[in-house]
Amino acid sequence: MAETMLKTEAPLSASPHLEAPSPDVVIQLRDISKTYDTGEVRVEALKGVSLEILRGQFVAIMGSSGSGKSTMLNTLGCLDHPTSGTYLLDGVDVSTFSAAQRADIRNKKIGFIFQSFNLLPRTSVWENIEAPMLYAGVSKAERARRIEAVLKVVGMPEKAKSLPSQLSGGQQQRVAVARALVNEPAILLADEPTGNLDSATSGEIMNFLQNLNREKGITLAMVTHEHDIAAYASRVIHMKDGRIVSEDLNHHPAAG
Amino acid sequence: MSFWVILKIAFRALNRNKIRSVLTMLGVIIGVAAVIAMVSLGAGAQRQVQEEIAAMGTNTLQVWSGSMRSFGTRGGMGSMNTLTAEDFQAIQMECPTVKLVSPSASTMAQVVFGNQNWSSRIEGYNEQLPDLRNWKIVKGSFFDATQVKAAARVAVLGQTVANELFGGSDPIGQTIRVKNLSFQVIGVLDKKGYNAFGRDQDDVIMTPYTTVQKKFQGGVLYVQSGVVGAVSARATYAAQEQITELLRQRHKLAPGQDNDFMVRNLSEVAETADATNRIMAGLLASIAAVSLLVGGIGIMNIMLVAVSERTREIGIRMAIGARPSHVRVQFLSESIVLCTMGGILGLALGVGAAIGISEAMEWPTLVSANAVFISIAFSAAIGIFFGYYPAHKAAALDPIEALRYE
Repeated sequence: MAETMLKTEAPLSASPHLEAPSPDVVIQLRDISKTYDTGEVRVEALKGVSLEILRGQFVAIMGSSGSGKSTMLNTLGCLDHPTSGTYLLDGVDVSTFSAAQRADIRNKKIGFIFQSFNLLPRTSVWENIEAPMLYAGVSKAERARRIEAVLKVVGMPEKAKSLPSQLSGGQQQRVAVARALVNEPAILLADEPTGNLDSATSGEIMNFLQNLNREKGITLAMVTHEHDIAAYASRVIHMKDGRIVSEDLNHHPAAG
Repeated sequence: MSFWVILKIAFRALNRNKIRSVLTMLGVIIGVAAVIAMVSLGAGAQRQVQEEIAAMGTNTLQVWSGSMRSFGTRGGMGSMNTLTAEDFQAIQMECPTVKLVSPSASTMAQVVFGNQNWSSRIEGYNEQLPDLRNWKIVKGSFFDATQVKAAARVAVLGQTVANELFGGSDPIGQTIRVKNLSFQVIGVLDKKGYNAFGRDQDDVIMTPYTTVQKKFQGGVLYVQSGVVGAVSARATYAAQEQITELLRQRHKLAPGQDNDFMVRNLSEVAETADATNRIMAGLLASIAAVSLLVGGIGIMNIMLVAVSERTREIGIRMAIGARPSHVRVQFLSESIVLCTMGGILGLALGVGAAIGISEAMEWPTLVSANAVFISIAFSAAIGIFFGYYPAHKAAALDPIEALRYE
């Protein structure tokens, strides 16, 4: 997995003066801060972060523990709301959304891929993939159509009735990807997607995600602490102490 | 999210852990079954009392000798031996609201036929008894006035006694021995069944009261009690007054002196029994309701455990788009489905138990539509009430924490 990376010290937000983002900007974070205040301890997990992710980009977010990368992912994924700043997702300001509104956004605009797959236990592949559509109110016929389509995309049409316990790690992760895609989200968010996989399967999954990005134009943001995995992305963002400290553009992402 | 989708998700979740679901339902099943069975038994007993009053003739009164008689004691412990057959004759002739009378004298005895014997009540009456008690003869005949006057040794058997002594064969004309005296069987009574107090009414041998007095009571001339039939149900209260007045006169009781007899209006007795039954039924139903409540608490506890165990799952659902309200509705509907299913199963079990008890013990049961509706509605309500707190807890989970939960 050869890598050629051009290290730059370029400013990190693409256009800090952009008021209304163009339709190509899927994610725009403006001066986002997140502070956890438990009364005794005050933790500033994110300190004034600004970031733009364009449609079709494959971004990796790297940092050691405590760098704020997990908080960044939670904020991007609307699992949590920022303490201050603005977050525009697909043109919509979600910064002050309520819990119910954020749930709707997660349902329709975001697809999650987790390190531990997080499939619903003792539930078939079919029903796992179906789940987000039930919350979206999609009709039965449409659900069936989408499930079959997405199973083809991840290359597992024959596994519809299998249970997660009957699948390998790589297969489970692909079912997770299928589930993440099924409501046609604006962005896929992956949290250490290969953390629980061996190196061969890791390579397979990363190739698969890369293909999704290139051939279907699916926007991806991935948190990882492994350079090998980050190398598959075309843009790597480095975080430290709650800030973005540097960014690399990768013109020759890994393959293999 | 449509109603059916919610129901489907709830059923799927419950189906995933069938054993836990069944165990959770158990409390509700047993509670509802108990309520239904108890209420049905109570209702059945109540109805039987009412039917018995009707059958006995709501216009019947009983006259007992002695004033301090506890309810239900029979058979001659009258502290005063002042009631006589002539009293009853006078009652019939001089009380305008009275139509029929029969003095009564009874005892317990061993009865033998061939190699069969049976211990039974010997109840002595006069020839008016069948009309008084609305009790028909199915074989042979009842004794007549002549036989009463002669203190004849004739017997009319209740169905139970006839079966015990004679099996299937015809008892008419046969001779039985009662306390070593021979009696001729002249008739068999119609079946009456068990009365409201659990006594087998067919376990009886009737004979003239004069015979009882002469042969089993040493020739006394007084009687312990008697039955009086008023002209109508409404007339019983007037009859009660007339009888009391007449007997006080005949027994030469001074004003202010207590009665040396008691006149019991059977409707009054029946009402007391009815009230008692109702209290019993209410008590049993309360106990059963408490068990239903306990079942509900059990549901709440199990659901709390389930929420805790499914924390990760709740986190996943929230991540893929479940709103707090979705989560709340999911767990609430699981609870309601569990309880309602438990209610229906409990209903089936309760009805089965009621029918079973009814067959085995010959106690009446009455399953009313009311009881059915109330118990199902009540179980659903328990599902809502006791399921709410766990559902609320589930909905209040923070998705990030939930996803981290091991």
